[in-house]
Amino acid sequence: MNWPHKDVIAISDLTAGEIGHVLDMASSFKEISRRDIKKVPTLRGKTVVLLFYEPSTRTRLSFEIAAKRLSADTVSLSASGSSFSKGETIMDAVYNVMAMAPDCIVIRYPYAGIPAKMAELLPCSVINGGDGFHEHPTQALLDMYSLHEHFGRLQGLTVAIVGDIMHSRVARSNVYGLKKMGATVVLVAPKTLLPPGVETWGAQVTTELDPVIPEADAVMMLRVQKERLSERFFSDEREYAVFYGMNKRRVDMMKDGAVIMHPGPMNRGVEITYDAADGARSIILDQVENGVAVRMTLLYLSMGGTVNVD
Amino acid sequence: MWIKGGTIIDPANGIEQAGDIHIREGLIADVCLNGSRETDEEVIDASGLWVIPGLIDMHVHLREPGFEYKEDIASGSRAAAAGGITTVVCMPNTDPVNDNPSVTRYIVEKARHQALIRVLPAGAITRGLQGTELSEMGLMKAAGIVAVTDDGKSVTDAGVMRRGMEYAATFDLPVISHCQDKSLGVSGVMNEGGLSSRLGLAGIPSLTEDIVISRDTLLARYTGLPIHITHVSTASGLEIIRQAKEAGVRVSCDATPHHLLLTEDRVRGYDTNAKMYPPLRREEDRLALIEGIRSGAVDCIATDHAPHARDEKDLDFDLAPFGVIGLQTLLPAIYRLHRGHDIDFGRILACVTVNPARILGIEGGSLSPGVRADVTLFDPSSSWVFTRESVLSKSANSPFIGTEMQGRVIRTIVEGRSVYRI
Repeated sequence: MNWPHKDVIAISDLTAGEIGHVLDMASSFKEISRRDIKKVPTLRGKTVVLLFYEPSTRTRLSFEIAAKRLSADTVSLSASGSSFSKGETIMDAVYNVMAMAPDCIVIRYPYAGIPAKMAELLPCSVINGGDGFHEHPTQALLDMYSLHEHFGRLQGLTVAIVGDIMHSRVARSNVYGLKKMGATVVLVAPKTLLPPGVETWGAQVTTELDPVIPEADAVMMLRVQKERLSERFFSDEREYAVFYGMNKRRVDMMKDGAVIMHPGPMNRGVEITYDAADGARSIILDQVENGVAVRMTLLYLSMGGTVNVD
Repeated sequence: MWIKGGTIIDPANGIEQAGDIHIREGLIADVCLNGSRETDEEVIDASGLWVIPGLIDMHVHLREPGFEYKEDIASGSRAAAAGGITTVVCMPNTDPVNDNPSVTRYIVEKARHQALIRVLPAGAITRGLQGTELSEMGLMKAAGIVAVTDDGKSVTDAGVMRRGMEYAATFDLPVISHCQDKSLGVSGVMNEGGLSSRLGLAGIPSLTEDIVISRDTLLARYTGLPIHITHVSTASGLEIIRQAKEAGVRVSCDATPHHLLLTEDRVRGYDTNAKMYPPLRREEDRLALIEGIRSGAVDCIATDHAPHARDEKDLDFDLAPFGVIGLQTLLPAIYRLHRGHDIDFGRILACVTVNPARILGIEGGSLSPGVRADVTLFDPSSSWVFTRESVLSKSANSPFIGTEMQGRVIRTIVEGRSVYRI
């Protein structure tokens, strides 16, 4: 079948079947990264522009490596060093990039809504690398891939997402995706960091982490952003770590085979301790490795690839 | 001059029937409901049209002085005339702020030479809209202001607001209050709720508005002085006003056409022309406002016409300024409320004529013999599309661009002079 989407903007745009296809295909792309010669000619002659208007190490590098392993040419532009800092509006910047005829634009942006607007206005593919606190679809897909790889299924899993749900695009995309795939999602946060209307998301919501730990197949820790402190969303990091941090005590409470995830970058000592981040339950580095495979899949599908159906 | 053959709708006098109007020397000379007289004066044929008092819009940003690239007195008055509006009250958040008589005189002079309609300035409650020192209300009144307001923000200090109300009452000036406690919803850009969370946009809770509505009605209750709450948008805020009214507090309020016709759903797609303060709310809030028009809890409809240049609105939803234009679409909006919600047209018309005239203490808003002849001819059967090209304001930031409008202004008369006709 033909992949029906030019763009990857939001998990809420994808069906369960489409998510399943992405996860299936990512396995074959993952194999490429384990070869000695890690390159296939699939996207030769295609140009991928990475527009990053927000600091990023992992996502940007992951997209760049993914594109290069498929033989696409990549150009990368960040906010500092671009005319964004000179006051050019994002859409002007985008039209200028478009005039140079890229085949795909990957955009990371501090405010919600721009990737959707670009997708509507531009003929090329647009992949959302995270917009404001709206969505981060590629992160959710790599998280689901990692869970599927570990458990062999998503259906019936219980996944806890812990921390700053309110300002997290990762949490939003994961809730929408995991629910579509039949998993149960539990959101854990102090009331100040739960978004208004969260009860309509179809996830369980609680302010207490300890009772959730033994029930969860996976616990996904979200990064605590320092600026939330000055905005008075919680008291201090010490108290946060006690109530909402992953530590040795909680690692030991987890059920057999349960895993710990983190989208990165981590604040060690705040939302996660060294033992938890580096221990046997952690699949944090698998997430990073799988990110490349999932992004290879999405680049391939968005630029006209077809989906293998057995 | 005679306007003959139309249906006269004049809520101030309870008239809703066929009749002719005689205008002489800029005043309504006579309203004849029982057949016409022969005349050799100019006759405007109003058959098939509604003949109504020129509209009064008590909340408009004309942006002059200081922001003439968004709008000026001349362009704003052209848009108003095309909307059947013959009086606007222009807000003081200009640059410089209208907080002293020199700025008031500048606006009044400009309006006298360039405006097609009556432009009545509102002065600031506090100097520079800073919320600390009272402005020269008495001198501004002498120069022509008809009300005071710090519109665009609230006077955050309750003590200053109380003194502002008392000082304004000294000069018999109505106080218009924009209600917004900025500490609630600091970075908010749309109504707070499930949709804002889904769209990844920071929310403005109803509380932001309600808490100040509550404070201001308490101030009015305690002091016995009047307060006018502008652009109420929440069901809960309107309920506070309704209860205060019932208790005899001298509180009045207005709602905007966009809050009466649109909901937060309009923000899906991140259209910055759906971004304004207060934000578009939920359907239940909208219906409560409409019920308020029906019951009289909502006294007035005012546009909060807030022009912004295209390059300012052409930004991310988070970054674009708050505000939409509304002058040219006011009457069709009202007509849509009348048709869509089965509210008596006369009752809605009172919200843009006699009611604002009463609250502001100004002449106009009726077709009573002896008053200034501000008259609008409206064709309810004509439909048209509001396009970017048809915008007479300098800015086109309207959520109604591209919308089919039912009902059209055919002619606008200010003090007996036709200032707009098609």
